[in-house]
Amino acid sequence: MILQALAFYVFAAITVASAAMVVVSRNPVYSVLFLILAFFNAAGLFLLIGAEFIAMILVIVYVGAVAVLFLFVVMMLDINLTQLREGFLDYFPVGALIGAVLFAELLLGVGIIGAGSATIAGLNEHGAQVTAIDNTRAIGRVLYTQYFYLFQVAGLVLLVAMIGAIVLTLRSRPGVRRQKAGEQINRTKEQSITVVKVPTRGGV
Amino acid sequence: MYADLITFFTTNWLGMAIVMLAQCLAVTVPLLVAVAYMTYVDRKVWASIQLRRGPNVVGPFGLLQPFADGLKLVLKETIVPSSANGVLFIIAPMIAFMTALVAWAVVPFDDGWVIADINVGILYLFAISSLGVYGIIIAGWASNSKYAFLGALRSAAQMVSYEVSIGFVLITVLLCVGSLNLSQVVLAQSGWFWNWFWLPLLPMFVIFFISALAETNRTPFDLPMSEAELVAGFHTEYSAMTFGLFFLGEYANMILLSALGAVLFLGGWHSPIPYAPFTLVPGVVWFALKIAFLLFIFSWTKGTLPRYRYDQLMRLGWKVFLPVSLGWVVLTAAVLTFGGWLPKP
Repeated sequence: MILQALAFYVFAAITVASAAMVVVSRNPVYSVLFLILAFFNAAGLFLLIGAEFIAMILVIVYVGAVAVLFLFVVMMLDINLTQLREGFLDYFPVGALIGAVLFAELLLGVGIIGAGSATIAGLNEHGAQVTAIDNTRAIGRVLYTQYFYLFQVAGLVLLVAMIGAIVLTLRSRPGVRRQKAGEQINRTKEQSITVVKVPTRGGV
Repeated sequence: MYADLITFFTTNWLGMAIVMLAQCLAVTVPLLVAVAYMTYVDRKVWASIQLRRGPNVVGPFGLLQPFADGLKLVLKETIVPSSANGVLFIIAPMIAFMTALVAWAVVPFDDGWVIADINVGILYLFAISSLGVYGIIIAGWASNSKYAFLGALRSAAQMVSYEVSIGFVLITVLLCVGSLNLSQVVLAQSGWFWNWFWLPLLPMFVIFFISALAETNRTPFDLPMSEAELVAGFHTEYSAMTFGLFFLGEYANMILLSALGAVLFLGGWHSPIPYAPFTLVPGVVWFALKIAFLLFIFSWTKGTLPRYRYDQLMRLGWKVFLPVSLGWVVLTAAVLTFGGWLPKP
């Protein structure tokens, strides 16, 4: 019990600290790396309340795919650090306001929905309930039955986003020779070579 | 006396910590020896393919060659380029090596021989293997060199692409097993060797193996370090033990993916014929033999195939493997549902 509490405070402290470093650190690549650290510790928090499936999915999706692409883009961009810092004070009040609203909402959510269960003891009670049936199975049982339409709608939203991204980046570039594997394989001997009998001194 | 010892190791936190440490060492030490000898076997196999002798000077049959190489790497000077990002430059090989080791926590070597028998074993492996890319991409960026950076970008794109098809391969196996626990996956394949999943899911086994080659940056997909274009790719600037960690990590990753292939498709610790002389052999031996078989194919492909071009690699991943594996997931689900073979929850 005391070990779990200790683990909770370690994970929570590192999550908050690295989230702060995402905003504060001067180099954007460091920001992404701290973001990854924050994801990891959030996954650790999920593990502590017995939600191992969500913890793993968090690592696979956010750390394994999303953050890689962030890192990819941030590393390739030629970011001017001084230019980036210029508007900091102008934007600070707006950012602080948004942060305050989010924080207030979080407090409200914890206060209303999870009354009493937001303490570590409460979380552990939840954990005991969840582990009675292993929670991958529990999610599987409701996701494709009870929440089937919501699941489909989520899929549609992602599909639209994907099509949007493709449309934005698709442009036909003239003059680019593409390799078409099908054409290459379907080529016959007759189409590609001709055997010419060259007369001596005559040339082709 | 014995009862005292048992209570000490099962209840006392110090005893439990000692047991945990001993378990980790029992996996890590043989793994590192296996990595060392994998480099030796690799070189011997290529040598045979190219009609050479391979390492044969250090020790009998050259058997001490890996240790000589290791000693050389340890004794050399670690050079950090002056324009490199010092901290990240040193951390990157550690990440690459560590992610290759921690994944072994969930691999079942025999019935009950697992460090952590967790319910989401496959997801854990998948999560850890998707982290391997960070070691490479951070190394490429921190080196502050164009070759290293290009190699890192290639590798990131490649590993992310092929993870998608590996994910679908895992899903088909999960559909047949009905559990995310790796021991359960092996138990579902008991019986004769044609009961193992390689036969019913043959196209998926092939896709898994090719994706594993791409995932570990091996020939014909070793574009991140293609020496003809990029010097040595992401580890151009690395020397001594920092390079050594990348090298060990790469081989540990190969062994890991071979082990995963053995668990998912070759029946893990099961013997191929479920009768007397074969079942007397310990399961861990069968498991090691299956890993060795897959590793041999790794070396064989490296000795035989030329390197893919980058656009070909991407086309294979996204336009061939993704649709085929997605289609096979749907087909497997349909066959299981309508054939009444769904595993009982």
